[in-house]
Amino acid sequence: MNKLIVASREVAVPGDLIAEGMNFVAGKNTYRKDEKIYSNRLGLVDVRGSVIKVIPLSGRYMPQKEDLIIGEVKEVGFNSWQVDIGAPFTANLYMSEGTTTYIRKDEDLSRYFNVGDKLIGRIISCTSTGSLQITCKGPGLKKIKGGLIIKINPNKVPRAIGKKGSMITMIKELTNTEIIVGQNGWVWINGDAMDILKAKKAIELIDKKGHVKGLTDAIKNMLEKDSRIKPVK
Amino acid sequence: MVYAKRFDGRKFDELRKIEAEVGIIPNADGSARFKIGKTEAIVGVYGPKEMHPKFLQNPRKGTLRCKYDMISFSVNDRARPGPSRRSQELGLVIASALEPVCLLNDFPKLIVDVFIEIPQADAGTRCAAICAASMALADAGIPMKDLVAAVAVGKIGDKICLDINKEEEDYDGPGGATDIPIAYSPVENKLTLLQLDGKIKGEDLTKAVEMGIKGAKKIYEIQKIALKKKYKVDEILGKKI
Repeated sequence: MNKLIVASREVAVPGDLIAEGMNFVAGKNTYRKDEKIYSNRLGLVDVRGSVIKVIPLSGRYMPQKEDLIIGEVKEVGFNSWQVDIGAPFTANLYMSEGTTTYIRKDEDLSRYFNVGDKLIGRIISCTSTGSLQITCKGPGLKKIKGGLIIKINPNKVPRAIGKKGSMITMIKELTNTEIIVGQNGWVWINGDAMDILKAKKAIELIDKKGHVKGLTDAIKNMLEKDSRIKPVK
Repeated sequence: MVYAKRFDGRKFDELRKIEAEVGIIPNADGSARFKIGKTEAIVGVYGPKEMHPKFLQNPRKGTLRCKYDMISFSVNDRARPGPSRRSQELGLVIASALEPVCLLNDFPKLIVDVFIEIPQADAGTRCAAICAASMALADAGIPMKDLVAAVAVGKIGDKICLDINKEEEDYDGPGGATDIPIAYSPVENKLTLLQLDGKIKGEDLTKAVEMGIKGAKKIYEIQKIALKKKYKVDEILGKKI
């Protein structure tokens, strides 16, 4: 008696019966009660072989180790910066992780990052008790200059990136912009003003309708149609 | 005079008309509106976020905090705005009705804030609030074992009635009126809230609870449909799919 009740790629709500029988394995965001597997979050059901999981559609960003993030400096301390990354706790960027240059004794740290500066960083460690360490040293990690930052639902980030970066590469090529998508849902777009707006439109569409099949083609059509219209100089 | 027919002509086990909607507040993490008859509840959920003041933080699991508020024009006599003894108690009652289904172990030191507003009241506001709050919590992506559906059962005169309205609540004929709000989780098959205001016999209470569970199951299906409706997309960029 092994039966799948909610099909793959369909929306499940908490308490929805997804499958019956012991041949299925309850994966992430699901739980087993006797012979039945229930969802415990609002999301899309994903069945891979016998493993059933639910990909959430909503919820705040929960930091994880090694995540690439975009943040904003909120506070400059004596030996660290406090960075808002959209997580429940503010992240700590320690002095030695902020920059590769040598920082002299008693130097003012606002020379490197001041309040309001945006940066691309990576999470070094995070604990459930609220300690959150990030770094800004490494390939691709830097202070952000220029461009536009938009915030999307962090659960739509995998969709915005696509399989092996297919979606984001396509948007980058068709709009001629530079785009970095942080796992926390903050997206940095850099390039020409008109191009930025075009890329912004595409990313906002992913945020709104990211759970729909065939989105890549729709966005491709939209961007190709748009590129025919030349901006007025 | 015995209470033989309901004031609004409903059957004794009939619910009022229900409207449910999810995602009505763009700035909230999750939100819902639940209307049953003339009673309406609007809920916004914010979080999980860091809890302040810090000494209230629970280092083992997250906290669920509900704030219940009746808007001053929600009842015929103007309700005095601001927190009252009643609204504080209801906030705690609603939180305890929702906590058994919420899985807050992943959110130590954090808080999930639930703000409940009642723009229109016609009895059963706490039940409408629980229904709306459980939908809003699911919309906010809080892990939950199940949704909670709630309904008020009453004994009016000698009849047990489902989903009583204000007119029935104020009934003062022979037998009087008894109000029993019930919150029920179908998967767990457990009551998360059972209150009683008035007088009722033991056997009648069992009957009333059974009737309440039947009604709650109907509400539960409506809640599920409302949540799924938010993610139903018919077209992208004018193209039907």
